[in-house]
Amino acid sequence: MLEQIKFYQTGSNTVGNRLLNPAMRTIQASTDRPNGLISGHRACQGCGEALGARYAIDAALKATNGQLMVVNATGCLEVFSTPYPESAWKLPWVHSLFGNAAAVGSGLAAAAQVLAKRNGDANAPRIIAQGGDGGTTDIGFGALSGMFDRNDDVLYICYDNEAYMNTGVQRSSATPPSARTATTQLVGDHPGADWGKGKDLPLIAMAHGIPYVATATVADLRDLENKVTKAMSFHGARYIQILVPCPLGWGLASNSTVSAARMAMETGFFPVYEAEYGKITSVRKIRQKQPVLNYLKMQRRYAHLTGKKADPNVVARLQALCDANIKNFGLLGDDEPNAPVAIQAYERSQAV
Amino acid sequence: MMNKAFAVTLDPATSLQNHTGSWRTLRPVNVFKLPPCNNQCPAGENIQQWLFYAAEGDYEHAWRILTEENPLPACMGRVCYHTCEGKCNRGFLDESVGINSVERFLGDYAIEHNLAFKRPSKETGKKILVIGAGPAGLSAAYQLRRFGHSVHIVEAAKEAGGMMRYGIPTYRLPRNILDAEIKRITDMGVTIECGRKIEDIEAEKKNGKYDAVILGLGASVSAGADIPQGDTTHVLNALSVLGQIETTGEIEIARRVTVYGGGNTAVDVARSLRRIGAEPVIVYRRNREKMRANAEEMDAAIAEGIQVKWLSTISEASKDALKIEKMVLDENGKPQPTGQFEELPSDAVVLALGQNVDKTALSKLQNLQMEKDSVVVNNETMMTSIDGIFAAGDVATNDRTVTHAIGMGKNAARGVNAFLNGSTYKKPQKHDLAKFEDMHPWYYTDAPKTVRQELEVARRSNTFDEVQFGLTEENAIFEARRCLSCGNCMECDNCYGVCPDSAVVKLGPGKGYEFNYDYCKGCGVCAQECPCGHIKMVPEQI
Amino acid sequence: MLEQIEGSLGVAKAVALCRPGVVCAYPISPQTHIVENLGKFVKNGELKDCDFLNVESEFSAISVSIGSEVGGARTYTATASQGLLFMTEGIYSASGLGLPIVMTVASRAIGGPINIWNDHSDSLSQRDSGWLQLFCESNQDAVDTHIMAFKIAEKVGLPVMVCMDGFVLTHAFERLDIPSQETVDKFLKPYEPKEYLNTKEPVSIGAMVGPEAFTEVRLLQQRKMAKALDVIEEVTKEYRELTGSKSGGLLDCYNCENADLKLIILGSTVGTAKDEIDRLKAEGINVGIISLKSFRPFPYAAIKEAIGDTKQVICVERAFSFGARGIICPEVKRAVEGTSCDVKTVVAGLGGRPIFGTTINGIVKDALAGKFTEEFTFFDVNADVLNSYTQKHEGVTFNKGPINQSAIEKSVKA
Repeated sequence: MLEQIKFYQTGSNTVGNRLLNPAMRTIQASTDRPNGLISGHRACQGCGEALGARYAIDAALKATNGQLMVVNATGCLEVFSTPYPESAWKLPWVHSLFGNAAAVGSGLAAAAQVLAKRNGDANAPRIIAQGGDGGTTDIGFGALSGMFDRNDDVLYICYDNEAYMNTGVQRSSATPPSARTATTQLVGDHPGADWGKGKDLPLIAMAHGIPYVATATVADLRDLENKVTKAMSFHGARYIQILVPCPLGWGLASNSTVSAARMAMETGFFPVYEAEYGKITSVRKIRQKQPVLNYLKMQRRYAHLTGKKADPNVVARLQALCDANIKNFGLLGDDEPNAPVAIQAYERSQAV
Repeated sequence: MMNKAFAVTLDPATSLQNHTGSWRTLRPVNVFKLPPCNNQCPAGENIQQWLFYAAEGDYEHAWRILTEENPLPACMGRVCYHTCEGKCNRGFLDESVGINSVERFLGDYAIEHNLAFKRPSKETGKKILVIGAGPAGLSAAYQLRRFGHSVHIVEAAKEAGGMMRYGIPTYRLPRNILDAEIKRITDMGVTIECGRKIEDIEAEKKNGKYDAVILGLGASVSAGADIPQGDTTHVLNALSVLGQIETTGEIEIARRVTVYGGGNTAVDVARSLRRIGAEPVIVYRRNREKMRANAEEMDAAIAEGIQVKWLSTISEASKDALKIEKMVLDENGKPQPTGQFEELPSDAVVLALGQNVDKTALSKLQNLQMEKDSVVVNNETMMTSIDGIFAAGDVATNDRTVTHAIGMGKNAARGVNAFLNGSTYKKPQKHDLAKFEDMHPWYYTDAPKTVRQELEVARRSNTFDEVQFGLTEENAIFEARRCLSCGNCMECDNCYGVCPDSAVVKLGPGKGYEFNYDYCKGCGVCAQECPCGHIKMVPEQI
Repeated sequence: MLEQIEGSLGVAKAVALCRPGVVCAYPISPQTHIVENLGKFVKNGELKDCDFLNVESEFSAISVSIGSEVGGARTYTATASQGLLFMTEGIYSASGLGLPIVMTVASRAIGGPINIWNDHSDSLSQRDSGWLQLFCESNQDAVDTHIMAFKIAEKVGLPVMVCMDGFVLTHAFERLDIPSQETVDKFLKPYEPKEYLNTKEPVSIGAMVGPEAFTEVRLLQQRKMAKALDVIEEVTKEYRELTGSKSGGLLDCYNCENADLKLIILGSTVGTAKDEIDRLKAEGINVGIISLKSFRPFPYAAIKEAIGDTKQVICVERAFSFGARGIICPEVKRAVEGTSCDVKTVVAGLGGRPIFGTTINGIVKDALAGKFTEEFTFFDVNADVLNSYTQKHEGVTFNKGPINQSAIEKSVKA
């Protein structure tokens, strides 16, 4: 009976729940969780990427029974985890370049399969390639698309913090409109990142028809773990984009990493869903809908939108983006997703 | 072993050599805040903690925690007015946790499973006399016994229980429940002598070689009212009506009865009379808002068809009618006469205007300081102005509820215990109150309070069967799990999970977590994401 | 076994004999036939336990190769020209990680202007990449060098570029002696990587290394190159003994005994030159040829020894360094420093301009006549073509025949 009863105290929203059978708790709740990315790394205080990487890699380690190897693109995650002479990784890990993680992943997967076949092992180690949004949506985009095209047996994880953080917060094609970065400063008539630029990589990934695509955030651990676990149940190319707030780059209090990610979901700013073979199969519904302003207020990169001199039209446009996401992806109630449209399509159509 | 490249290839997990704790300017610490329910409970129950175990289905453990403060949970689960629920932070989210129902479930569970209190591990040899076997006396006796003292209770009435037996109707508290919980106390070795009223307390103490005495006499005398009345007017007092119903199950009274008063006793009387076929009308001089009776009980009374005359006083009584004067409230909320009168047909009047302390024995105690209608006690030690004589319950307070009496009895026992050890009891300092603002409500799912199944009104009004069923086990767990665990850890693993530096150590079930300050960078995500407000960031000492 | 086949097929067969685990392909002329054949071998089962990946760019080709080598599989890829440059970032990553990839560079000029024909500007642009660069003078040399390259790479712990001239070799049909699988298996054992990613002994490969150890990392790479000189010789010796082949080595000398002049040449030009040298010998002109096989590591000692007491050396170079001079010549000068040997660069054969026997003949005669008065001379430049532009636009004309550096400089001042 204990397990049939709903957990109204914490629901399924906390990391663990002592009232649940351990098998039903999150991987992160376990005292023997893998901790694939361990303490002592040099990520900033409250780093969302460090958190997201541990969540994802631990889930994949569990799903593969430890038979996992990781390729890392250049970026914060690579730099803070492996400065000579110390590595924070517990599992086999390799870094080559900024833009080639997906291709190195393909090669590693090929080698693992060939070696397993030669050695008569039934199961080859599985491969994750990972990088930030710069390494994924920009410089590594070609290699990633190639990996998708070949349907190589690699799960690519993009830790999306919406800018090039390692080099000092410059705009990437995942930077949202109006956000301040070092290359889209808060000057001129239209401060922050331009409207009508950028690309929607999860939808692009889906357009490759690969077996599995998902988005997730560090604010919904169960969802994230389920998606990584599910991804590992497929063979072929898979893609997960995890929203990982960056306190430094977003101008966020270091304690608000998870809260900001939650707000991104609850506003509809970052739609969370999964797709199989190009079709959306499930959507994470908004639990407590929030106006986009509550999300913007948390972050100094949007300071120009929340102060006295704020342009209400811009906030309204950002709210409209959220509303479009909510509508397109069916993020509320029993709504069904429509054929999703890249949010940039909305931006560009408005610009015209 | 592989032949590893210099510098380019690193051994796994070597970052553990890098103690990032040196970056920290703030450090997380666990804070234990006082849940509002605990803070409110007159018996000082550790509600949040026993709900914690109840939520796990470990009812015995929950009951044991509960009974550390209160030995009568099955009774209290029925008669306590549960003001704790009014303070429950869950009320801000959806509805308060049904604490009282879970308490009752645990009390009933203990009775059903014959759970006994543990006898003290060693006897101190000290003897304490407790006068009065009401909730205060029983609570004090129980706590004293736990300390290992031997306790003898002398009770004037025929049976133990005090107001729980003679003042609370059986539809609210079945006597088999009361008996079972009293028996559990006597099973610990507490002796109760009934039917003897102590006239000379000093002599009793001396002759019985008692080391201390606790006065738990209660307030057993019904307060009167100066109502001009004819000889034939049938005027009774509430306690005698309730006592008679308790003793005989019946009372010869009348069809049209007026109950005069606005407290819980008035409601109890009215509802009891309704059950034996009378048509009671409550007459109260203030309005509903000002009524002291518990709102739930009052709702139930009205639902049972009991009429109320608000803003009314009885100015005259005759054989079959009362003269009622209408009142108005002045700017201070006090009722003032209007000079407008009306007649209320009534065959009898029951006065439920409160109870007073029986002072006959107390007045013989030299130097016993009294104030109005109660014995003056030290708030911490519960000692009266006489060394070695303590007091608890209605005799020592104007806040006359069973729950309060139990709390006072417990405190008196602690005062006595300290006194016997040659020290003075000091109440431990309270933790800061856990406020709703300290919590992270997003993590709690919305869920309605389980409404206790109630008997149909019709059935309720002519039987003394219990009005409220207890919770089923399923409901009790549901309710217990609605607790937000304000200000205290509920082992949700959030801090352990959300630390980007894996610097929170999970110690295992029941042991909570600790911070690994070697690696904690002080980001504060753990504190931010703790649903319960159990983690605080404090400046690092540099 | 002797076969009359295209050079590319020969190389593909040689690579397949080495039992690579992963072959990665991206089309660029003139290397395409090699990977096309390998793709066929994988698909028709001739090459077993091998994954053949068609990637979307050379950048991914080298990256996949990095991944598969890190994963412990013997890996082969091929490229040329622009492709090599597109790989460049990965080229450096592969050598920095010490991954023994073998890659054919079917040497081709670099654009712009775009040019698909052979010279050495692509491979020599990767001079400082940390790869071994072995040049092949014939298709037989290429077949054998590829087989040796795997062994050399794996012994040294560095990647190897096998540089063979595009079209001239890759597309030439010649009689080739392809060793048997049995022979190759005896020579080249299954790959046992020094370090690779595996779940039994997890490591982090590719750390960020700061000023505190970067110099040491680089010195150790230099040390591997030093070791490579010996390894190339050992492996060549072993291979030659096993197969009777004459391929490989750090360099190869032809007619070097008592030569009045020695030409240092890379790649297929050596064959043309040998024929011409034989003719010249009949004329009584004694010219030696040093076929430089290993450009990286550069065999300074072997070069010095091969030059011996010859007083005049001409490096026939099919690429040069803009704003500077030859690429080979400075290395040779370093090798003979302190001697009275005169070393000069003659640039010829750029962008597929053929080096005929007559070209060699002209170089030799001009050299012996003392016409190369400067270190750096464009030999086979066509003054008519040049003047058709410079005269019209700047009123500048060049004299017919070789143009040296000072003529270029003077033309600018004019």
